[in-house]
Amino acid sequence: MPSEPLVAEHALEFPGGYTRTTGPVIGRFLTELRDGRVVGVRTTEGRVLVPPLEYEPETGEPVTGEFVEVGPAGTVMSWAWVDAPRKDHPLDRPFAWALIKLDGADTALVHAVGADGAKAMHPGLRVRPRWKPVADRIGHITDISCFVPEVTAIVSPIRTEYRVRPGRSLGRFLEGVRDGVFLGGRCTRCDKVYVPFRTSCPECGSTISEEVELPDTGTVTTFAINNLPDPRAPEVPFVSAYILLDGADVPMIALMGDVPVREVRQGMRVRAVWAPPEERTLSMANIRWFAPTGEPDVEL
Amino acid sequence: MGNRCAVIGVGQTRYQTKRRDVSIAGLVREAALRALEDAGLTFKDIDAVVIGKAPDLFEGVMMPEAYLADALGAAGKPMTRVHTAGSVGGSTALVGASLIQGGVHDRVLVVAFEKQSESNATWALSTHLPFSASLVVGAGGYFAPHIREYMRRSGAPDHIGTLVAVKDRQNALKNPYAHLKIPGINRQMVESTPMLWEPIRYLETCPSSDGACAMVLASEDKVTGTPAWVHGTAMRSEPMARADRDTVSPQAGKDCAADVYRQAGITDPRREIDVAEVYVPFSWYEPMWLENLGFAAEGEGWKVTEAGSTALDGDIPWNASGGVLSSNPIGASGLIRFAEAAQQVRGMAGEHQVDGARTALGHAYGGGAQFFAMWIVGAHKP
Repeated sequence: MPSEPLVAEHALEFPGGYTRTTGPVIGRFLTELRDGRVVGVRTTEGRVLVPPLEYEPETGEPVTGEFVEVGPAGTVMSWAWVDAPRKDHPLDRPFAWALIKLDGADTALVHAVGADGAKAMHPGLRVRPRWKPVADRIGHITDISCFVPEVTAIVSPIRTEYRVRPGRSLGRFLEGVRDGVFLGGRCTRCDKVYVPFRTSCPECGSTISEEVELPDTGTVTTFAINNLPDPRAPEVPFVSAYILLDGADVPMIALMGDVPVREVRQGMRVRAVWAPPEERTLSMANIRWFAPTGEPDVEL
Repeated sequence: MGNRCAVIGVGQTRYQTKRRDVSIAGLVREAALRALEDAGLTFKDIDAVVIGKAPDLFEGVMMPEAYLADALGAAGKPMTRVHTAGSVGGSTALVGASLIQGGVHDRVLVVAFEKQSESNATWALSTHLPFSASLVVGAGGYFAPHIREYMRRSGAPDHIGTLVAVKDRQNALKNPYAHLKIPGINRQMVESTPMLWEPIRYLETCPSSDGACAMVLASEDKVTGTPAWVHGTAMRSEPMARADRDTVSPQAGKDCAADVYRQAGITDPRREIDVAEVYVPFSWYEPMWLENLGFAAEGEGWKVTEAGSTALDGDIPWNASGGVLSSNPIGASGLIRFAEAAQQVRGMAGEHQVDGARTALGHAYGGGAQFFAMWIVGAHKP
């Protein structure tokens, strides 16, 4: 029988943390950070290293001691998205570790970017530091809480409110549909019947005064099968049909029902399906839809 | 027709889904500066600015022309906004041309734009007023029944729309400004996309684009560089709900074409026009407009498409630029048609140049196919 392996937890932590002497170069960088500035150091070849290093990586020569303020804005060169931040990460929500080349620098530094999502990250993204409050800065890279994208768009909510009246002609038509009839108007000059009822002829401009009661039967002249959902429209798929009411000279657009969408045909004979009288209002909602009558199709 | 007028500068932005890097002002200025550079001019040389865009609901900016005056160097000059729905780009060019033809100005900057990414066109076109049922969703919802009726009347086979969708996207691959660039586009690709508003498939519709287009128009004695001469201009409109209105081949379109052909001395457009930039936002509108514009007899337009005659190497190329099907900043789409027609006769259309193009048609339509704007431009002075 193997015995339980012997296990013990053990932590090694210098009490209070190590003292890390910065030296003049890194110290300057951290001092400037505490003051809300980012500086780089110039190399003998003229490059600006951010964060600064004491010795040039390529030659081993000391850097010049000339400090150059860079940023504060910079450009994301590359990044890795962190979906599940860990306890010691700088942000407690998903963020990106990014290589950021600050304006004026020749090297990139690693820092966190607080973006709305991985989709918001792209090479070339312009970012700026979000600083900790002055009192909380200690001269540490975390004096910058994170970088955030520059403002490139704002949301502009606009809402205009109207009080819409149907007007005399549409009002008259709606009274008709409340009472279960379609009212049209005949232009006596053109001898054309318009439905919904209207008071002027779109062809000749004459005043239309003759009301015509039209039957609730008609013919589908053409239609669309709508598959693109819209919160204000019926559930897809739905058929919006041009229906020429018997006796009318212009078609009305109406919803088709009581028939599978793929069985709707041009030339199909249809009849309005009305809401029960007690549910009717001054609205086109009184007509639920048009349904096939079963009569033979009309030759268009 | 008045005094002679010519296009002496054309500027376009690259059309794309979102121009996140520029404001509306920056967008129109980019096109305007390119048109001025093409003409070798600056804003100082311009007498008046005419600007067009589709409904204000697209960007939610009321009267954007007022705020855009600075960006277009229009301070202290006449500035006019044109609005004729989707045909507005064409109408904008024609209003600008009329200022030259009427002898009012010598150099007019015309600009049209849309920044569709600031909202959603289907939302903006479907306002769903009270008292009526909400049954038309977007432009496709409106045009689909009329396409169905065209198919019934003409007996056109189902694949004609697919052919146009492929052809225009192939052309777009040759246009550096085009939005939709689909390498290897073919019929299978189009046919595999869903029906949005049957009979219109996803790839048979235009994209939503951000973009702007501009032209500098000049009177005869101010012409510089390579001009495209205006040989005819016409606009027509008709009410949406007229009895006996032919929504498949609207009378206003026929009348507009007849007028512009008469001015340009054209009796046989199929033979006398070398290239046409026609507003085709849904692929089936190519055969429909081939008939409406007199390039084919009634019921025969689809045969012209099927035979490949409207392809870049056909006898009457339509939408060599890729057309509205490939780039659609709505308010600018009409002006792009007019500008691309001009570029063809200037010999400056680049990779999608139709060899030897001397006479070109620019066309735009809008609303419920109620508003029409057309011009004929030529390489030779009228």
